[in-house]
Amino acid sequence: MAKKPMEPFLWGLFSAGGVVAAFLIPVHLFLFGLAFPLGWLKPPSYASLHALLQHPLTRVYLFVLCSLPLFHWAHRFRYTLYDGLQIKHLNEVITVFCYGGAVAGTAFAGYLLWNLP
Amino acid sequence: MAETITLEVARYSPERDAAPAFQSYPVPLRKDWVVLDALNYIKDKVDGTLTFRWSCRMGICGSCGMMVNGEPKLTCATFLSNYAPGPICVEPLRYFPVVRDLVIEMTDFMVKLQSVKPWLIRAEEKPLAEGEYLQTPDELNAYKQFSMCINCMLCYAACPVYGLDPLFSGPAAIALAQRYNLDSRDQGSRQRLEILSQHEGIWGCTFVGECTQVCPKHVDPAGAIQQYKLTAAKEWFKSLLMPWGAK
Amino acid sequence: MRTSEVNRTTEYTLYHPRWYRQRVSTYWWLWKWPYLKFVLRELSSVFVAYFVVLTLAQVRCLSAGPEAYAEFRQWMKNPFFLLLNGVSFIFVLLHTMTWFNLAPRAMVLRVRGARVPDAWIAGANYVAWLGVSGGVAWLLLR
Repeated sequence: MAKKPMEPFLWGLFSAGGVVAAFLIPVHLFLFGLAFPLGWLKPPSYASLHALLQHPLTRVYLFVLCSLPLFHWAHRFRYTLYDGLQIKHLNEVITVFCYGGAVAGTAFAGYLLWNLP
Repeated sequence: MAETITLEVARYSPERDAAPAFQSYPVPLRKDWVVLDALNYIKDKVDGTLTFRWSCRMGICGSCGMMVNGEPKLTCATFLSNYAPGPICVEPLRYFPVVRDLVIEMTDFMVKLQSVKPWLIRAEEKPLAEGEYLQTPDELNAYKQFSMCINCMLCYAACPVYGLDPLFSGPAAIALAQRYNLDSRDQGSRQRLEILSQHEGIWGCTFVGECTQVCPKHVDPAGAIQQYKLTAAKEWFKSLLMPWGAK
Repeated sequence: MRTSEVNRTTEYTLYHPRWYRQRVSTYWWLWKWPYLKFVLRELSSVFVAYFVVLTLAQVRCLSAGPEAYAEFRQWMKNPFFLLLNGVSFIFVLLHTMTWFNLAPRAMVLRVRGARVPDAWIAGANYVAWLGVSGGVAWLLLR
């Protein structure tokens, strides 16, 4: 190939993010966003959550949970803007906003999880 | 059953009109008539200036694709009685430039189809004396569904990405590329990948899925495209991790 | 503009017909139900991104101490967030279901020549999803 196209890689990221999002986000959102606040289920105490977070595997899990779905959003939203609002002529701005946002979110997640007490 | 049904047909004459306008024609509502029969009735008996493409009248040539009540259909396979009491709106295939009345300009599709090299590519041809390339039924089944395409372009009329993005190759072209990629006799998938992997060749597809819904031959172009994307992504990672393995 | 090989110069070509090109409306996705379903599915990605932001906020509060985390839990009880989380949950479920239902089209599995039915692949995904969700829930609820 003359110049290595990035699209297959970006689509691969989108796919991976989609799988992570499909499998893991519903249960997390249901528990922390609805069941615990509404009192349907007993929420875990701060101490037990803190204990869970000490385990390095939890941090890796959370990093994957926060990073890949962001890239899924970036790719999908970019094409939604192209096709939905027909602003493809702004594609440099859109690309930077979407993938830049995903990279920034990933970096922030990495920083947060690395520096957990 | 009522005696007649009204067809509202889009008329456009480039010499006369700035934009298409509809003309109403009442046609006999016969139980076994399709929209193509109605159009031929109009052309024979009512208005000889009506212009449209058709050929086999049995759903295999792919010539008679038009929008019937906003849906892309083969007019030789669309029964009038299903739309009774009507009226039936007949327009040229969407997302293509209109040449006249119901005839569209299809060169763009032809160019894109040609660009994916829809033929068997061999690194080396076998000499004639060695006979045919043999293929098992399983090898045939791997690509058979995608080979049923009749190039009717209904999928293009259903694909919003094709309408919005001039660089997108379109469902049928990619499905046919995949038909040859999956053919055990073919050795050209690398060449096709280089063409289609370019930005927008296939990546513009967002899996709307309407192409598969309208396909009269059940080719499932949407499935072909997603399979191709997966292949292209795998190839990308393979070439990254094992650059020496290039064929 | 199409990548067409037809003569594209600005010179007048004798008898060349003037083609009519209809501009695609910005609201093309509103006119047909399948298109609208598609756009809703694509918009689910926004709620996926919202979940990530929410989770990052949660982790930040967790690392800042028990008072900060208690404040986060109070925020989650706020009706605005309950509504937002409820809507997000619906969209995230939409993402999950459309993803599993469409996955078999992208991955064709053949066992001894016959194609594995789409419903089995989708079904396997759903079963795995229930298993994983159950596992996560058990970890958090025990």
